[in-house]
Amino acid sequence: MTRSDEQDPGRDGNDPGALGGEGRVDPRAHEPGPALAAFRNGRSLALEEIPVLSLEELRNAVIQAPNGHGRVSALFAVPAADGFTLYAVLSCEADGLIRVGRAALAEPSFPSMTPECPQVHLFERVLAERWGLVPEQHPWLKPVRFAPPWSREPDLDPPLSAERSAIALEHPYRIDGSSVHEVAVGPVHAGVIEPGHFRFQCHGELVMHLEISLGYQHRGIDRALAGGPAPRTIPYVETLAGDTTIGHTLAHCELVEALSATRVPPRALSIRAIALELERLANHVGDLGALAGDVGYLPTASFCGRLRGDLLNLSAALCGSRFGRGLVRPGGVAFDLEPERVERIAKGLEATLGDVGSAVTLLWESPSVMERFENTGVLTPDTADALGLVGVVARAAGLDRDVRHDFPAGMYRLAQIPTSVARTGDVFARAYVRWLEVQRSGRFLHEQLRALPAGPVRRPAAELRPGRLAVSLVEGWRGEICHVAITDAQGRFAAYEVVDPSFHNWTGLALALRDQAISDFPLCNKSFNLSYCGHDL
Amino acid sequence: MFKELFARARQGHHTIPYPRSLPVLPDRLRAAPELDPARCPADCRACVETCPTAAILRDATGPILDLGRCLFCGDCAAACPANALRFTPDHRLATRSREALVLRDRQHRGDLRLEAARRRLFGRSLKLRQVSAAGCNACEADLNVLTTIGFDLGRFGIQFVASPRHADGIVVTGPVSENMKLALEKTYAAVPAPKLVIAVGACAIAGGPFAGHAEVRGGVSAAIPVPIDLFVPGCPPHPMTILDGLLGLLGRGPR
Repeated sequence: MTRSDEQDPGRDGNDPGALGGEGRVDPRAHEPGPALAAFRNGRSLALEEIPVLSLEELRNAVIQAPNGHGRVSALFAVPAADGFTLYAVLSCEADGLIRVGRAALAEPSFPSMTPECPQVHLFERVLAERWGLVPEQHPWLKPVRFAPPWSREPDLDPPLSAERSAIALEHPYRIDGSSVHEVAVGPVHAGVIEPGHFRFQCHGELVMHLEISLGYQHRGIDRALAGGPAPRTIPYVETLAGDTTIGHTLAHCELVEALSATRVPPRALSIRAIALELERLANHVGDLGALAGDVGYLPTASFCGRLRGDLLNLSAALCGSRFGRGLVRPGGVAFDLEPERVERIAKGLEATLGDVGSAVTLLWESPSVMERFENTGVLTPDTADALGLVGVVARAAGLDRDVRHDFPAGMYRLAQIPTSVARTGDVFARAYVRWLEVQRSGRFLHEQLRALPAGPVRRPAAELRPGRLAVSLVEGWRGEICHVAITDAQGRFAAYEVVDPSFHNWTGLALALRDQAISDFPLCNKSFNLSYCGHDL
Repeated sequence: MFKELFARARQGHHTIPYPRSLPVLPDRLRAAPELDPARCPADCRACVETCPTAAILRDATGPILDLGRCLFCGDCAAACPANALRFTPDHRLATRSREALVLRDRQHRGDLRLEAARRRLFGRSLKLRQVSAAGCNACEADLNVLTTIGFDLGRFGIQFVASPRHADGIVVTGPVSENMKLALEKTYAAVPAPKLVIAVGACAIAGGPFAGHAEVRGGVSAAIPVPIDLFVPGCPPHPMTILDGLLGLLGRGPR
């Protein structure tokens, strides 16, 4: 599958600018919901092409989204001359289209969509926290990041109050009763991990509800990205979730390329996919080892700890950074791979994956491990679907959902990876989906490294076109990463939204823990392995 | 049981021989920088203008690079028209003082060792409590990896512990968000004296890419008034950079 650079990548749909149909509303978009603009992942639309709906129509589109024609990938507000404009980004796996609609929001309050569409509960909480837009009848309007409200002037810092360090002291949801007790954990945890606060509302050993309070990691990246691209934009997206550097940077660069109609050379597309799959391998292998560690099965725990490091070292062989810092840049990648380096990476990968296979299959053959993995932290497909969960967690609950397959961009248009799905929704399913993905990513990497397209690895990115909206979806190792940007008249980011997969999935963890023993929390938590800073931004 | 033994035999031995010998690090690793001010064209500010975190200044004699702010992205080296600046794969970067992170040609680290009293106390057994104060999980991951069999931190008597009350010091990562400031203060206070403070990564040293954000304090010393015993620069630092710093502090690094 070697392709020469002379071949116009636009022919197979890689070039956002060359396609006449870019941004045109697909006729299918009109059925069955209200008219929304529909386009493919990694493309952009002129703002005029996005229909302005009434608030009622936009509400209906969002509420109906889970019923067969979409999932809410983003919902956010942008200040307008008269109040706000509310944008909804729906992604529809059935036809591979992303649909966008908007509505004017003149009042500081609106009827909440959460009672009818639970997957928007966090998006609405963010609207309330950032802008003071109150979703009336929202069942649970708790702050998300415990951050001060934003000013309508993007350059104005939010007011700081002395009381801001007290997240753990606020717990709006609590079960009371004479035989109910509460266990509080965090923000500083026992291991070397990020901070978050958990309150287990328990009846005996059983957890009735897990109340999760995040926000400790809030660095204000969401606020700082607006007004860019700026010199710090790349460092911001590289550190949105440091273990997902490639995933988030790729989402950002595909967005910039869509907004600037920049063509990415095929060789760069392949190197990007190699980096993304290496990132997935390293994290999945690390997670499988950590799951083994959490049930006290030390052989796999210690083997996988080392193997994860070896996989990170392959990323370092690519670009000098174990986390892929400095590799993905608008227009391509910053490092080329000479044949000797490709050979070295391919050999290292083969040896490492052989050892991974030997380490991981021990898990499925050990009754003591399987006894702890099976039927622990079960998430039903209905719950996962209603909450709009993504990634490994959703696939382990039986949902056939993978951006690489459903909304392919870049190299994934040309080289497919089968979606790995399990049915049982328990810790075992989440572990086993990781194992399936390790094997399939390994095969994909093998193919890519054997047939790297020739040609340059980067073309200079053009200026961003003014007055456009672009959406980019990337299947990071945790799940769907969604970046949305709107450019102003000068081609700067008037708005930049980041939705990390963890944003959707934290609520899934809380629900998976219901009626579980409190001692199963570390195992359940590790089987989700969500990002704190990706959620907190 | 036999399956485990076969797997164990297959996996082999992987603990690095460090500090007996230095490890071979990736050729593209961007670590210890080298500056050659003699090559700098007059009035050139290419490196200064390209740096996302204002880690490079320029005065009459040439560029000044602050490794505490540096993300090691390499954009400055790429922008330099005269090859006056490059990043080498030499991992040895940790310092005892903030000033030793600021360099004009190459790094002059001086003696990393703790003073005799604390070295006697911690030299053979050092327990550390890690506090992630808005770190992005990259510094955390590179600290964690030290505990795997590849590095086997335990063989040096160094261990990450669950409670600050069992710890001899704290290792802080992240720019210290407003929301983590209280937890950091409390964790530090819970460690019995005498204690150590180690700042790992550009964020913990000077705020990293978030310096100046209202949502963060901009590093450990900007958040809590405590002396810092070891600075480990990087975004994130390579695990070897951290290990070199820790062993240097205890006077147990390579001879």
